[in-house]
Amino acid sequence: MIIGAGALGTGSAEMLVRAGIGNITIADRDYVEWSNLQRQQLYTEEEAEQRTPKAVAAKKRLTAINSEVKIRCHVMDVSVEEMEQLVGGVDLILDASDNFDIRMIINDISQKHRIPWIYSACVGSYGINYTIIPGKTPCLNCLLENVPMGSATCDTVGIISPAVQMVLSFQISEALKILVEDRLHLRNKLVSFDLWKNHQSSINVDKFKKEDCPSCGAEPSYPYLSFSNQIKTAVLCGRDTVQIRPSRPIDRDLESLDKALSKQPGKVSRNPYLLSFSTEEYRLVIFKDCRVLIHGTKSIPEAKTLYHRYLG
Amino acid sequence: MLLTVNGDQVEVPNTVKTIAELLQHFEMHHKVVIVEKNAEILEKAEHTATLISDKDKIELVHFVGGG
Repeated sequence: MIIGAGALGTGSAEMLVRAGIGNITIADRDYVEWSNLQRQQLYTEEEAEQRTPKAVAAKKRLTAINSEVKIRCHVMDVSVEEMEQLVGGVDLILDASDNFDIRMIINDISQKHRIPWIYSACVGSYGINYTIIPGKTPCLNCLLENVPMGSATCDTVGIISPAVQMVLSFQISEALKILVEDRLHLRNKLVSFDLWKNHQSSINVDKFKKEDCPSCGAEPSYPYLSFSNQIKTAVLCGRDTVQIRPSRPIDRDLESLDKALSKQPGKVSRNPYLLSFSTEEYRLVIFKDCRVLIHGTKSIPEAKTLYHRYLG
Repeated sequence: MLLTVNGDQVEVPNTVKTIAELLQHFEMHHKVVIVEKNAEILEKAEHTATLISDKDKIELVHFVGGG
């Protein structure tokens, strides 16, 4: 299962589908934009033009590559509830997300269901990769202790595609070892590199495994699966955008919303998956599950004001 | 003081005496960083008390979120 269909998710999915993996599940909350095409290898200009959801576009391209692979793609903002639904029968979880909120959930789900996962991330020319095996290696909570705040993102420093491909090489090599059950050859090290600065390091972090870790210790409480630890707003990586999601999924009637917003000053456009409303310097994109992307701001309070102004 | 940091030779002021001060010097003290000194990994709690000296080899790995 791949969480996210951005740069890492499109690359890992293509490698695994070409390798002939039997079943693959991909979940992503976003849609294709022009700025994605520099590195998100499954998408085209036409899909950016149409704002096709990434999960829909990814499935189309992956099916064209290898029709024998069973591909399930979900237009979905994965949180705890969704992860619990998707995780049945999964042998491996690949991190292709862009934030630590979801990674901490992946980490707890991995420990709870005893499924390995591979943490992977990149920004600028830097990348990092670590394979987490429940019951053996330290987990992400052991390594981080606290969720990193204010680190560099695609927003602030951009990303070059060779850094993406390098992380993918590490990630999918590890994935193939797990999938063919050759765990003896797993790297068992935290690997990081900077392609611009010509540096690479590989560190054994076994020392960080904590017996009292709330995620992987002797008496786990899986703290990131509790409701109070779930985020409802997020600034999206690489974009001047805030996402707001309701506490429960709601099936939004886009046709009614279209009529209501058409009376406002601004421009409304719609496809079967989402409605887009542009006004002043902002653009609101409302998905059927009631998630809203607010483009034109990085301020969560400002985004909430706009959300409530137009959607009640 | 001359250190090797992530493979590069780096001159740092002699006022930088500990790992914690080194992270501050590189403005990495707000990041989640894993530190290896002379091939030995350090717990975060050890950063303040661990002294650095001339010719130490330091590896700094920081966690990022993009993808």
